Amino acid sequence: MLKVTWRNLLARKVRLMLSGFAIVLGVAFVAGTMIFTDAMGGAFDDIIEGSTADVEIAFHGAGDFDSAQDNRTMPASVVKKLEALPEVESVHPQNGLQSVYIIGKNGKVVGGNGPPGLAFNPTTATSMTGKPILVTAEGELPDGPDEVAIDVDAADKAGYEIGDTVTLATSGTPPTMKARLTGLVEFGSGGLNGATLTVFDTKFLQDKFFGGKNVYTSISLNAADGVSQKELAAAAQKVLPKDVDAVTGDASVKKNKASLDQIMGFLKTFLLVFAGVALVVGVFLIINTFSILVAQRSRELALLRALGASRGQVNRSVITEALVVGLVGSTVGIGLGYLLALFLRFLFGKFGLDLASADFPVSGWTIFWSYAVGLVVTTIAAVLPAVRASRIPPMAALRDDVALPEATLRKRMIIGTVLVVLGAGGMVGGLAGSGTTGLILIGAGILFILIGVALMSALLGRPLLNLFAIIYRKLFGSVGNLAAQNTLRNPRRTGATASALMIGLALMSMMSIFGSSASASTDATIGKSLTSQFIVSNAVGQPFSPDVAHQIRKLPSVEGVAALRQGFPKVDGKTVYAVAVRAQDIKFAFRVPTSAGSLDDLGPGKVAVSEGQADSAGLDIGDPVTLEFQGAKVTLKVAAIFRDGGVVPGNYMVTPDTLVKGGMVPLDSMVFVTKKDSASTDDLQAGIERITKDLPTVTVKDPDGYADEQKSQINQFLYMIYGLLGLSVIIAILGVVNTLSLSVIERTREVGLLRAVGLSRRQLRTMIRLESVVVAVFGALLGMVMGVVFGSTLVWALKDQGLTELSIPWGMLAIFVLASAILGVLAAVFPARRAARLDVLKAIATE
Amino acid sequence: MTTDAAPAARVANLTKTYGMGQAVVRALDDVTLEIGAGEFTAVMGPSGSGKSTLMHCCAALDKADTGTVHIGEHELTGMNDKQLTRLRRDEIGFVFQSFNLVPTLTADENIKLPMAIAGRKPDQEWYDTVISTVDLGSRLKHKPSELSGGQQQRVAVARALASRPSIMFADEPTGNLDSKSGAEVLTLLRDSVDKHGQTIVMVTHDPVAAAYTDRVVFLADGRIVDELRNPDREAILDKMAELTARELEA
Repeated sequence: MLKVTWRNLLARKVRLMLSGFAIVLGVAFVAGTMIFTDAMGGAFDDIIEGSTADVEIAFHGAGDFDSAQDNRTMPASVVKKLEALPEVESVHPQNGLQSVYIIGKNGKVVGGNGPPGLAFNPTTATSMTGKPILVTAEGELPDGPDEVAIDVDAADKAGYEIGDTVTLATSGTPPTMKARLTGLVEFGSGGLNGATLTVFDTKFLQDKFFGGKNVYTSISLNAADGVSQKELAAAAQKVLPKDVDAVTGDASVKKNKASLDQIMGFLKTFLLVFAGVALVVGVFLIINTFSILVAQRSRELALLRALGASRGQVNRSVITEALVVGLVGSTVGIGLGYLLALFLRFLFGKFGLDLASADFPVSGWTIFWSYAVGLVVTTIAAVLPAVRASRIPPMAALRDDVALPEATLRKRMIIGTVLVVLGAGGMVGGLAGSGTTGLILIGAGILFILIGVALMSALLGRPLLNLFAIIYRKLFGSVGNLAAQNTLRNPRRTGATASALMIGLALMSMMSIFGSSASASTDATIGKSLTSQFIVSNAVGQPFSPDVAHQIRKLPSVEGVAALRQGFPKVDGKTVYAVAVRAQDIKFAFRVPTSAGSLDDLGPGKVAVSEGQADSAGLDIGDPVTLEFQGAKVTLKVAAIFRDGGVVPGNYMVTPDTLVKGGMVPLDSMVFVTKKDSASTDDLQAGIERITKDLPTVTVKDPDGYADEQKSQINQFLYMIYGLLGLSVIIAILGVVNTLSLSVIERTREVGLLRAVGLSRRQLRTMIRLESVVVAVFGALLGMVMGVVFGSTLVWALKDQGLTELSIPWGMLAIFVLASAILGVLAAVFPARRAARLDVLKAIATE
Repeated sequence: MTTDAAPAARVANLTKTYGMGQAVVRALDDVTLEIGAGEFTAVMGPSGSGKSTLMHCCAALDKADTGTVHIGEHELTGMNDKQLTRLRRDEIGFVFQSFNLVPTLTADENIKLPMAIAGRKPDQEWYDTVISTVDLGSRLKHKPSELSGGQQQRVAVARALASRPSIMFADEPTGNLDSKSGAEVLTLLRDSVDKHGQTIVMVTHDPVAAAYTDRVVFLADGRIVDELRNPDREAILDKMAELTARELEA
């Protein structure tokens, strides 16, 4: 029996190759994601280890991987106390900043918007890896005012050499400064993953950013010989002021890796969701291919049965075929996955994550999961056709035309309906729920509905296919009619092939509606709520020096300025988005409709909460709510509840002093400017631009420009999603190629007959192309309808989150359908050529 | 019915071999033959005698190694695929042993198919004549799978007739049919020759079928070895026996 299986595999390698390709792509996605996230994780792990000494001393919450710039400092006296400890070999006091950006010779920020701009004073500490944390690669470290050393990569990208004058954007006053480049440094561990590093002299750093006081934000300790990290930490802790923690290097690394893993986990899940979609589509393709192959071989299988092969043997032979396809596909998939990971490196590099020096390991887990996914998916997909193959009665070998026992359309309809109902239930449940569970429910619901519709597609498609027959007959005459009739010949096959395309198109349409609605909502809220004429901000929300707002306020044509700051405290363990603004300035930024209380009452010790948050946390006016910032817990009284979906970029609105209490350095993230009635807009714009002209980290926009900036972020995200879903569309198109090729083989005699009675090669190719277009457009339309339903539901469900407008981008959807039709034409190239090449005589003679 | 008019088809010195070296098979060996217009000709011979190859070469489905083929005034030698396709469409009708119809089209659509492919409207009067000759009545709107074997073959004949080809080729048209259905199909072919002057070439090894024709050409080992005019079943059987005996001697 194994021999028969093997022969079959060889005989059908081209046909199986296409289904194998679906596995290759799906597995490549999984493997690529794992390799890339491993590489990224490894690169950050190196940074964490390479920058952590034996013991790290910092204010509670300030030394974390994801903490914002902290405003708490320790006096220099602490250093003296630590140096006196016998367990200590060396003490390395540090002052660190997170938003010092290097501006290249081209006037642009090095690394673009995204990665942090680290800055600190020179350190001679040794990291846990045994290497120094900071290495001078060239030149020397700065030792006076207006001197700086920057990292080698940044210098390379910026085009600076030692002795040049470097321009920096900082959080200080004024927001830009110039310094002489004295040396190039390297992080002990190697790369910085796209972040930039600047090193200033200790005294200069304190003078410029720490009010001239001899204070430090953190201290690194190296242990004396024979002293363990724990002993050192315990000894140090005794001499430290309140709220300052001495953490062992091991614990610090562990904690930082844990928060890194969480971020990596999000990215991994995000990418794997798309791998999953691609694999589901792959399953469709494989089921379809094996079903057709089994149908074509039913006489042969019946013969095997007649010769004494058991059902199990027939069944196993089909499954074995699938397993071999899965095995080969997974192996190739891992290889392709590696390339995909390198492509992702390039892609993420565009957004500032530079992994040029990172290792790209193919771990045991990557290999395990790739094979597991590949084999499980192919096996699952082959089970149905295999069971059907084993049901072929031995008698069938003797009959002329073998009809494979198939589930009735009625049965499919019933199962499909049940799945759709279950899926709809899941979606409703998911929309009502919240968080990850809600999202999983929505996802599962969508999947169920899609599979349900796929099952019903054979019936659902009939009216559409008939419509195609009518249109085709009108447009293409008998060739068109033949093409349309061919798609109607086996509605299950047409349905299954089209459904694979439906999945990708449904998700793309859904996302396009989501994106379009988000853009429309942005326009609407900005148009409705914004009162200011100009907004100064950074595209990705990076904070900048408050001096910008301070200078703008002094412009004669300015009526008022609202400077927004941001923080991400925890409320009841969940991270929330808090925005801080002086209450009297709100009117210079936007109108905020409230449902209870008044924003006039917002002041120190008070908070305004969004309606959605108030509802879910059960908050009312006057209730206390505790915001847990990195530096401190701050309890505030609810002064007002504002409506969701407005222009306020957060769920909690507080006053700036609250952020200071929370330990955060005062940095603005958005500055809104309102002009005096008498002043001219142009003058104001010119004035603001004069202030920001040397500061490439921020841009000045009017409300339209601000909306455009937001929308371009949305679009960028959309294009990324389209790209990720594109893979599943490619797999689906491969499915069309496969089905058409197999159909052509199946209809060899008919092709011969048509050619004999006078169908030209060109007409034959047209016929197959038209058939392909029907399948593709059918899938696309089905997907579009599903996408409109999903998208509208999603937008409706998220109206509290700011998606106030439902906008269906019909133009975009039309493009999707048109693109599918073009893909259909492309899918037909190979099968059509194959059919046209058939020798008429041999074709007719084919049994 | 013999005429002195130009023949409907003419092959001259047609040779075709398959295989190489030791395994070479001479399917046609210097065959020269004229098919009279308005005649019903049968080509007979044992398996491997080359009768199917001869028909395929005449019908523009296959190419000979040497020799020429004329269909009416058209010289087939040297035509490219496009020209051959057009010739098949416009000048030639086909009836095969089995699988004669496109399963997705109705009987009616199948009959009109060659004209539809060519983008021509059927001549309604002729079409009606064909339909009435074929006697399918209400079954015209049915798909092939809903028709009996005999009915399917009659549809195939109607399709071949409908485009008024200058010559019709039938390859064992009754091979898959029971004797009653076979007789119906053969009568239909005979009628179309008698009533409409259709030229038909039929490949068969059934003496009963051959007895319906005006002329039987016997092939053996790729050569024309004999022929009969206005044959009856007995004469054909005798000739076949004679040929077999001759072959055994050789």
